[in-house]
Amino acid sequence: MSQPIAETQRATATEVSNQRRPGATQRQQQTRLAWLLLLPTLAIVVFVALYPLAQTIYQSFTDARLASGVAPKFIGLQNYSDLVRDLDFRRSILVTLQFTLLTVVFEFLLGLGIALVINSAFKGRGVVRTAMLVPWAIPTVVSAQMWKWMYSDQYGVINDFLGRIGLIDQPIAFIAQPNTSLAAIAAVDIWKTTPFVALLLLAGLQVIPGEVYEAARIDGANAFQQFLRITMPLLRPAILVTLIFRTLDSLRVFDVFYVMFGARQDTQTMAIYNQQNIVSFSDLGYGSAISVAIFLIIGIFVVAYVTFLKVEEA
Amino acid sequence: MAQAMSATGATAPRTATAKRPKASSVIMRVLFYALVVIIILYTLIPFYWAVRSSFTPSGDLFRTPVQYLPTNPTLEHYKAVFGTGLFRRALVNSAIVAISVTVLSLIVGAFASYALGRFRFRGRTPVLYLVLSMTMFPQIAVLGSLFQLVNSLRLFNKLPALVLTYMIFTLPFTVWTLTNFFRAMPGELEEAAYVDGATPFQTFYKVLLPLAGPGMVTTGLLAFISAWNEFLFALSFTQTPDKRTVNLAIFYFSGSSGNAFEIPWGQIMAATVIVTVPIVVLVLVFQRRIIAGLTAGAVKG
Repeated sequence: MSQPIAETQRATATEVSNQRRPGATQRQQQTRLAWLLLLPTLAIVVFVALYPLAQTIYQSFTDARLASGVAPKFIGLQNYSDLVRDLDFRRSILVTLQFTLLTVVFEFLLGLGIALVINSAFKGRGVVRTAMLVPWAIPTVVSAQMWKWMYSDQYGVINDFLGRIGLIDQPIAFIAQPNTSLAAIAAVDIWKTTPFVALLLLAGLQVIPGEVYEAARIDGANAFQQFLRITMPLLRPAILVTLIFRTLDSLRVFDVFYVMFGARQDTQTMAIYNQQNIVSFSDLGYGSAISVAIFLIIGIFVVAYVTFLKVEEA
Repeated sequence: MAQAMSATGATAPRTATAKRPKASSVIMRVLFYALVVIIILYTLIPFYWAVRSSFTPSGDLFRTPVQYLPTNPTLEHYKAVFGTGLFRRALVNSAIVAISVTVLSLIVGAFASYALGRFRFRGRTPVLYLVLSMTMFPQIAVLGSLFQLVNSLRLFNKLPALVLTYMIFTLPFTVWTLTNFFRAMPGELEEAAYVDGATPFQTFYKVLLPLAGPGMVTTGLLAFISAWNEFLFALSFTQTPDKRTVNLAIFYFSGSSGNAFEIPWGQIMAATVIVTVPIVVLVLVFQRRIIAGLTAGAVKG
């Protein structure tokens, strides 16, 4: 261990005075040291992510069971042809997509509004920014339980408040009713994640130089024109990064649904349906096929966003 | 907070009000602060409700109309939560797992980031891409395989199973963020160290690592929070109550009241407050660092 480092040191030290000779060997030694430093990280990534991913793909073509001891049989595309006909999986995709659309749109619009408010200089701005970090920092499970209690049809504060101001006569079982449950759960995610979106967009707003607005004002642009012509175009990179992060997060949503609905069938997300098949039903082969499908669906979104990003830049 | 608000009333927000007549500028200012107040209320009311419920006696909790302020606060829920021992255990479990994951990720990640941030070598760009794509990796896609991995290492229902599997999301994120910190450092420092005869390793831990301190704190905090908040793996890779993390404990509260019809909301709310407090303290103390760490990736793309 100490030997190659001592050599590198000599090579590096001599590089300053003697520029011609050591170039190649010094580069080689740097490369060797770099890979040595990367080795633990790469080993862990292979161990917990890449190898498991390869195994998942392989097992999706088998009838493997979890912890059964029986050797899995290769069954070709059987799992996939089952999956295509699986109405529960189809419903879980639909639920997930609806949830993703609702949350990403509202979080973006609300987050942009909040970011614009905070971006104007005022006293107490620090207080607002700090307050906004709090929902982001607490566990999703915790926020889900907090909201579940507030949603309670009998003793919940939301029903009580809506009743007091006369908006409803009957308490609403927000979580139990199919026509309100998705909106109710989206509201939890929107509450928890909008501050995060606002902070990301705020960071984007703050790198826009003030002189640009100054120039626009001198040219007679009003606030709305400034927003459309300056803020939005310059904020575009930050917006796209934020949308990518949020979409990917929403597509793999698990915690908030699991805590609020348990494994209730009509509101399973893709991730919950997958977890059920693997852990509860021990159906590793079929579960792996679902995993691959989820991976592909998320991949499609990534490719779509990245392509869009490239087109925008060109 | 009331103080802050009244103090701010004196100074106008810098939103293009300079040329307008006074009356409309006052209205604008009022509307602006109304908006700010709405944002703060929206953010904090659910917490107020959790805190209020955690101090409300069970009798008042399940009574209508709902009281918005606690009239006779009680500690009964906190006593009940800490009385069982299982919740204390869960707190300890969560702390062990989150701290171990954070420390491991920082150590392993710092080496990799040093290489990626300060060295030029073949293969650097592919590795960076690998790390970046790993930060977006959907964990659910490897759930089954990780289950088998945990099983074959005989780690099922043991805390190390969580430490190992949490690395899948903490390590790539740590490497990515720290690489940016290392890359931002001026190169003259290293050259000076080399000229003075330091080895790359000495340069790393005597010159660069201390400089990376703030970056390590930021990254470590974010890694800690994400490990503390994790639910899917904890749910899947543990079985017995004594191995639960706080999130699991709070989730399973619902079923453990004895009376199936009455969920112990007072205790659940007390537990959520207990879990939230350390996180809120961390956030308040390190808010600047956290915001910097969170947004660094977004701005740089």
